[in-house]
This record gives sequence, C-alpha cells and structure tokens, in this order.
Amino acid sequence: MRAVRLAPGAGTRRAGEVTLGVAGVLGVVALWELYKLLGPDAGASVGELRVLPRTSDLAMPHVWDMAARLAEPLTAAPGAPVLWLAVLRAGLTSLGIAVAGWVVGVWVGLALAVGMARFTLAERAVLPLVVLSQTVPLIALAPLVRSWGSRLTLGTLAWEGWMSVAVIASYLAFFPVAVGALRGLQSPDAIHRDLMRTYGVGWWATLVRLRLPASVPYLLPALRLAAANAVVGTVVAEVSTGLPGGVGRMILEFANFASSDPAKPWAPLLGAVLLGLVVAALVAALGVPLARFRRAEVAA
Amino acid sequence: MSAPATVPGPVVAHGAAVAVEVHGVSRVFGRDGTAVAALQDVSLTVGAGEFVSLIGPSGCGKSTLLRLVADLDRPTAGSITVFGRSAEQARLAHDYGIAFQQAGLLPWRTVRANVELPLALHGVGRAGRRARADHLLELVGLADFAGHFPDQLSGGMQQRVAIARAIAEEPSLLLMDEPFGALDEMTRERLQVELVRVCAQTRAAVVFVTHSIPEAVFLSDRVVVMSPRPGRITSVVDVGLGAARGDGLREDAAYFDAVRRVREALHGGSDVPSRGVETR
Repeated sequence: MRAVRLAPGAGTRRAGEVTLGVAGVLGVVALWELYKLLGPDAGASVGELRVLPRTSDLAMPHVWDMAARLAEPLTAAPGAPVLWLAVLRAGLTSLGIAVAGWVVGVWVGLALAVGMARFTLAERAVLPLVVLSQTVPLIALAPLVRSWGSRLTLGTLAWEGWMSVAVIASYLAFFPVAVGALRGLQSPDAIHRDLMRTYGVGWWATLVRLRLPASVPYLLPALRLAAANAVVGTVVAEVSTGLPGGVGRMILEFANFASSDPAKPWAPLLGAVLLGLVVAALVAALGVPLARFRRAEVAA
Repeated sequence: MSAPATVPGPVVAHGAAVAVEVHGVSRVFGRDGTAVAALQDVSLTVGAGEFVSLIGPSGCGKSTLLRLVADLDRPTAGSITVFGRSAEQARLAHDYGIAFQQAGLLPWRTVRANVELPLALHGVGRAGRRARADHLLELVGLADFAGHFPDQLSGGMQQRVAIARAIAEEPSLLLMDEPFGALDEMTRERLQVELVRVCAQTRAAVVFVTHSIPEAVFLSDRVVVMSPRPGRITSVVDVGLGAARGDGLREDAAYFDAVRRVREALHGGSDVPSRGVETR
C-alpha cells in the first residue's frame, strides 16, 4: 500500500534528483573555471580588504589539475601511496570517529530529551544549559577534553586520542537531538494523551507507544543535523587536538604545500565533503525503516 | 436480529443496574477572580444498557461532564461513580470505552493495529488480539481495510475504526464526545444506524454528547438537555422509540414528536417558533 502511494512518478523523480545533483556539481565546477578565466589575476581589493580572490594557478588551481593530482603519489618518496587512496584512508578514519561521536551524541541527546519530557522541572533547569553548552567555542574545549581524557583509565581500556575527538564530535551532535527529540516527545495531540490516560497506562507505556513514535518526524531532521555537526566536530577536533590519521590533520599538513604543490591541499577538502555526504546518506538510510512513523506528515 | 433485552424509556427506576451515577457535581475552571462554572450542581443517573445523550449549546458543559465521568478531569465538588466505583477506579479497571470528535487514530499504526492498541496495552496475547480486531472490523464493516493506514481512509471510516477501538474490550459503558460531529450528514446517518446496531449487540450503556437534536433523538432512550452559564441540566426528555431503530424511524410521527419535545426543552419553553432544527 505504501508502494501505491509512492509509485506515481517515483522512478522519474529519483532520476530527476540524480540529474539535478550532477548538474549542481557541474555548475560549481563551471563557476570555478569561469571566475578563474574572467577574474583579475590579483583579485580585487577595496583598500586593505580583498573582496575577490586571486585567480592565479597558485590560489585557484584548475579543477582538472586537482583531479589529476589525486591520481599521483602522495609524495615523491618511493612507495608512497597514491593521493586519492591516502585521502580515502584518512576519510575512513575520520568517518569512524564521527560515527562514534554521532552515536554517543544521539544517545545522550535522547536521554536528555526523555528526562526533560518526563520532568517539567528538568526541562526548565537543563534546557538553558543545553543551549548554553553550544556557545562554548570548540577550540577552547578540545585541549581540555584531551587533558581530562589522558588522565582517565577505564579498567584495562586506555584513553586514546581518537576518543577525545569523538567526545568533542558528540558534544556538537547531542544538541540538535536533545532539542528535536524534546519537541517530538511533546508533539502528541491532547486527544492521544487523553486516550492513553483512559487506558490507564503509565508514563513509560505512553512513551513507548505514543511519544517515541510521534517524535520520529522531528527526530530524523535532528539526526541529520547531528551527523553534520559530528563531521564538523571531528574535523575541527582533529586539528585542535593534533590527532594524526584523519582528514582534519591532513588539511592542516597539506596547507604547507600551498605554494609548492597547489592542487594538493584541495584533496583533503574533497575528502571532508565526501565524508559529509557519506554520513548524510547513512542517516537517510536510517529513515527508510522508520517511514511509517512519518505518515502523520502526509496525512490530511 | 432478535430484540435486545434493553427496555427503552425510564430505565433509571430499575435500581440495581446503574452504570453512571453523577451526584451534585460542579466543575469550576480558573481562580477566584476569573472563575467560570462549567458545571453547577449536576445530578444524573444512567442505567446499565441505557443510551443517554447530552445535548445543549456550546459551553453548557456537556463535554466537561463526559470528561469527568471518564476521569480525564476531576470535579470541583460532588461525586461520580461508575458501576459503583469511583471514576478513577473505573478508568483503571477499563470499565469504559471512549470515542472523541476526532477519530484520534495513531497514524503509524494500521487500522488493525489501532483497534488492537487497548488490547495490546492491557496484555492480551497476539492471537487473541488479532481475532478480536478481525471481529470488530467485521462489525463496523471495515474488514477489507485492516491493513490500511488511517490517512488512507475517509473521515467516516476513521471514525468507525475509532468506534471499533472503543468497544474492543467489551466495555459495559461507552463514552462518546460528538463522535459524528465532523462528518457529513449522510455519513452521519449511516453511522448512527450502525451505532444502534453495535449497541444492541454489546448492550453497553452509552453517554453520547451531541449538539444535533435529530441525532440525539434517533439514538437515545433519554435526552438530557443542558444550558450554559453555569452549565446545568434543565430537563430530561424520555424518547422511548423502541429498540428496533432503522432509517424508517426518521420519518415516523413519534420521532418528529420527540424532536419537537427536545427542541422545546432546549429553547426553555413551549413557545418555540418552528424554525431550523440545528442549534449549533
């Protein structure tokens, strides 16, 4: 029955989306090359302030140069891996950390939301802190988390650098989940709450049968936001804690080659974009089995 | 279908079998300064198996009274018993089923799963739930739609699912708050006939809130007429149209007579000009 609802034009719409996505990427490439072609070589400045970037090959390498650089070895050293492979490996490392941070953040956010939905007092006390927590600059937080973590030993498990990064990623990820899930948990209509009351069931049964399912349409966008936040948090925390192996550190390292090998610093940026896309796809996949909880969105 | 045991008319006198007993109930909303008396000193007895409608203009407290009986709200003064228990005990014992103006189905559950919801919450096994839901959907004529989702049904069909859900646990009391209020007239009349049939089978007492005089008369053994500011019962009209109600009844002289009597009671006197029936 759900298929019936989706069937008309679903296939053509999917094809249309793909075409549009490809056109978007090509559009960015065309814009880049067009500006590089037409823009002044030294850019444009108003007084001290540069308002248009330089278009030299050093500042804006050709798209095809960047692509070609990906196929070349990482360094001149013998046995060095090809650049795209190195970026891919770094991307996978960061992906693992981001996913770990996302999972922790989602659970923390959900727990906070359930607690706030259960106790009005908790909502009034905790929600301002949750909002406040996001105003702490990440750069200030990263060294603190690392130094706290290094003093932690969990039984036989030693605290590792990537864990600090995951914690920072989760710190950014939990926020949209906490806020979105809280709204979702509070979303059921009075009629549904009344109905559960007439059934004489307790708060937990109402949570499982009514509030959690009703929160899904609010939760899915929150999970997407959390994923994006986890990626940003991972990349930034890799830079600020100096964790090697990930895309964040690679961006920092490759920035040194800006003058000698101008196409190289763009490779890890591409990796970071890819990382974001993969995480977004993972969350989108999560929404598929939850589709029936989103029926309220299409209902009359 | 054989005539049910329910005797129409003044069932109250039959003593022992009392479904709902409302005694001197008041409900005041707000604080001292801005207090509004939604209900003032209301007393009402509904016999077992009796169909009682509450009718009156907006703000007369008919829905408030229903919510008090359902223990969705507490009275400021007075007492309410349901089958000899307090309203809260009755609610926790699942003594009644309830239906609202909106169907209030859970959109992520299929029709069958919606009907099964109260059974699932109260620990009925999977096989028992399924059998019961199939039977109920048969009863309301939606057997073919068990696998559909609520948003695939019309408003009338959704309301029928809600009624099936309300009687899922075979309650001996059914509380209905304008369940057909949002439906078109034709759907409404068809569901009224269906409700009469369902009630004859389940023999449940019904407290039915409505603002339609024909609906109240068609369905009820007694019509309780209320008036606002403060909400109170102004009169009770015995309808007594017999148990075998069908669409033919709507053109019966006795039916028109009962409609006239309810309308006169609503307008607080006998000198009512014979204009439109609706009192919305």
